[in-house]
Amino acid sequence: MAQSSQAAGGLASIPALLQRNATLFADKDAYREKEFGIWQRWTWADTEKEIEALALGLINLGVAEGDFVAVIGRNRPYFYWSMVAAQSVGAVPVPVYNDSAADEMEYILGHCGAKYAIVEDQEQVDKIIDIQDSLHQFEHMIYIDPRGLRKYDHHALHEFSHIQNQGRAAYDEWITDLNERRAKLTYDSTCVMLYTSGTTGKPKGVVLSNRNVIESAKNSSEFDNLGAGEEILAYLPMAWVGDFIFSIGQAYWTGFCVNCPESPDTMMTDLREIGPTYYFAPPRVFETQLTSVMIRMEDASPMKRRMFKHFMAHAKKVGGDILDGKPVGGMDKLKYKLGEFLVYGPLKDTLGFGRVRVGYTAGEAIGPEIFEFYRSLGINLKQLYGQTEATVFITAQPDGEVRADTVGVPSPDVEIKIADNGEIFYRSPGTFVEYYNNPESTASTKDAEGWVATGDAGFFEEDSGHLRIIDRAKDVGKMADGSMFAPKYVENKLKFYPDILEAVLFGNGKDRCVAFINIDLTAVGNWAERNNIAYASYQELAGHPKVLDSIREHVETVNKSVAADPMLAGCQIHRFLVLHKELDADDGEMTRTRKVRRVIVADKFKDLIDALYSGASEVSTVTEVTYEDGRKGSISATLELRDAAVVSTAAKVAAE
Amino acid sequence: MSTQDSYVTDDGRTIGPTVMEMKNITLRFGGVKAITDISFDIREGEIRAIIGPNGAGKSSMLNVISGFYVPQEGEVWYKGAKRPPMRPYQVAQQGIARTFQNIALFEGMTVLDNVMTGRIRQMTTGLLGQAIWKGKAEREETENREAVERIIDFLEIQAIRKTPVGRLPYGLKKRVELARALAAEPSILLLDEPMAGMNVEEKEDMSRFILDMNDEFGTTIALIEHDMGVVMDLSDRVVVMDYGKKIGDGTPTEVRNNQAVIDAYLGVAHD
Repeated sequence: MAQSSQAAGGLASIPALLQRNATLFADKDAYREKEFGIWQRWTWADTEKEIEALALGLINLGVAEGDFVAVIGRNRPYFYWSMVAAQSVGAVPVPVYNDSAADEMEYILGHCGAKYAIVEDQEQVDKIIDIQDSLHQFEHMIYIDPRGLRKYDHHALHEFSHIQNQGRAAYDEWITDLNERRAKLTYDSTCVMLYTSGTTGKPKGVVLSNRNVIESAKNSSEFDNLGAGEEILAYLPMAWVGDFIFSIGQAYWTGFCVNCPESPDTMMTDLREIGPTYYFAPPRVFETQLTSVMIRMEDASPMKRRMFKHFMAHAKKVGGDILDGKPVGGMDKLKYKLGEFLVYGPLKDTLGFGRVRVGYTAGEAIGPEIFEFYRSLGINLKQLYGQTEATVFITAQPDGEVRADTVGVPSPDVEIKIADNGEIFYRSPGTFVEYYNNPESTASTKDAEGWVATGDAGFFEEDSGHLRIIDRAKDVGKMADGSMFAPKYVENKLKFYPDILEAVLFGNGKDRCVAFINIDLTAVGNWAERNNIAYASYQELAGHPKVLDSIREHVETVNKSVAADPMLAGCQIHRFLVLHKELDADDGEMTRTRKVRRVIVADKFKDLIDALYSGASEVSTVTEVTYEDGRKGSISATLELRDAAVVSTAAKVAAE
Repeated sequence: MSTQDSYVTDDGRTIGPTVMEMKNITLRFGGVKAITDISFDIREGEIRAIIGPNGAGKSSMLNVISGFYVPQEGEVWYKGAKRPPMRPYQVAQQGIARTFQNIALFEGMTVLDNVMTGRIRQMTTGLLGQAIWKGKAEREETENREAVERIIDFLEIQAIRKTPVGRLPYGLKKRVELARALAAEPSILLLDEPMAGMNVEEKEDMSRFILDMNDEFGTTIALIEHDMGVVMDLSDRVVVMDYGKKIGDGTPTEVRNNQAVIDAYLGVAHD
């Protein structure tokens, strides 16, 4: 692939795009953040000034070109400015998950050798002070919220606004340096370094160049016709590549406005107030919203409930087709319009989706029913398939070709090939530069020609040309009898039930499958309340016989549906248990993006798996848990193991 | 060290001169002596705790400070002047705000409206001005709203800003009550059992808010609390009461080693 070393129009870096926007969209809002009950706003011209003041302050503090600057906090304009200011002075921003425990931060800050950190508040400052002794290179820390920090030693600790003020005061001293450093940025300079969540092993630092970010932002913005008028709500973790592309890449490329919620708890209210036109969420967010809608409808008056059921059934019938522009009968159309007025419109407004033009879900498979629920309301929800290493985009669904079970066609400028074992490989302008300080991993992931192994198995559907993902390539295994073991396929089917939050299937190399199940506390708790079932804790609710009964029903229904596919019939669940604790990232059982770490779970709960295979009817266990502040404790429980009916494939064949 | 000199605590806070002094207070209800000849002072910027077993007279003491009860004997000195007997609202106007052991909020109003009521002292427009809602009244409301929003932000209750108080769980109601008291910008804040009925996590949160309030706004705080761990961690000085009498007064360490206090809490054999 021929790659030019300079971008068209000299827009070769994010700071360059910022300067363009400050001229082109000077009076247009670039950032909004709700604070003190009001949406505070900054135009692109304001933003440029804020970032310049910070960049000058960073130079003044001694930040050199090539230094790594960790950025740790929830989505706030200050942190986006911090990343662009770091780029402006030639440093590399490294956003870190703000809910990481201190030792995870220690690994990341130690691995990249960050000399500076820009953090949110006392909580993060305390974490870094704890690990500071083992970080020999570490020099200065900058915080946004001064609360509780007044008495700290301020030799190497600075308030964000002070750094900006120092920068403004030192304008004459450093502005030429800043301009020189900005001018040196090319399409090949590092734009950002993002640590992958690490489903396996330690996190790896993915280095993305300006080319990766700007080309991906440009292609994807054109793909969905994104313009300067879009509004997005930035609420997903800043350390995640998706947020970087949406809230920085695409925002700077197209000039749209990034809105930051007041606090994580007010996200839903803020979403409603902003009414984004472009929205991105992992399936979990859509699931949670749907669950809460359904729970609230249960409590609504009978009249409203009937109306909701009636029109939702109609939307299910024709809503998707209307959205895809397929022909629909006149009466149906009219009825849908009435439904829009009575049900769909108000519901979309309540959910904050009243203005959504393009919505994406990715990261995990989404339940077909959830997906169709939103689409039938007229929300243009689509799927995409991406990775940090690809700067997000590998495939995406074009408007009008949206289905729940595929992830779409290759994104613009992306080439895809499928290996013999089904593994998906891609090559694109977004392909990452390298894993920082890890040439072995770089070499084993990206070959000399630039093809990157995704680790996912999938295939292209012949008639539509859409890609379908089956599972992680390494998770696909064989049962003892040689039939295919695809755990995620079954788990996803289970997770589509609102009362099942998480499921983990085991059975690779065995003769039958068993499963762990996590209940969803919101859904099951509400159900318990309505049925007068008292419970004092998650553990107690999870072990309630009635809960187990209803989970068994779900498992048996899933078994029937799995048995319908002869290739995967071996993956039916013979026995299961409901775990006494939620799988949690703090305990290492999940990644920070909430993907189950299969191997760790299998290892940690080995006693439970053995008990499931032994045929015992209950098992006692003690599990170590880690609290958010890093303290450890343990919970002990006696779990009931249940059998589930399976559809015998052999019998079916014999009967036929 | 003279009691009138300012000093700096180990954790870097400045404690100023005496702001309130109770001199030989005695309070009777008919023949029952609830408080007998108690004297102590509260200094500017400190966290002052009043502790004691049940029925020791702690809440009565707090009610004397806030003007609910007028003691039969003794004097209350506030900001260098002897305070004449006054009604509770007059005490509030002097800058003493309080929370209640049993939450006393307007259940049907939103959190925001409840906290706004704490600003009443800062509002000068009358009924007519409020009704016409032009010029001063509007300006005042904006200013007060801004002050309230800062407190809402400080106590992290943004998500429930528009929720009616009646729908909130107990721990949050306590926090809203604290917000309302704080909205009055008090020079002394009286907290009557701020942690009663809370779980460990809620207690930790509340302790942090009390410390931060004292640290950020320099608010002088007098509190009654049962949880000894909390009291010892939070307060600068502690008054210990038992059967209406003062049996100890000093820093947490001093109080902890005071034999009379140990006896009151652990009990002694009566011959």
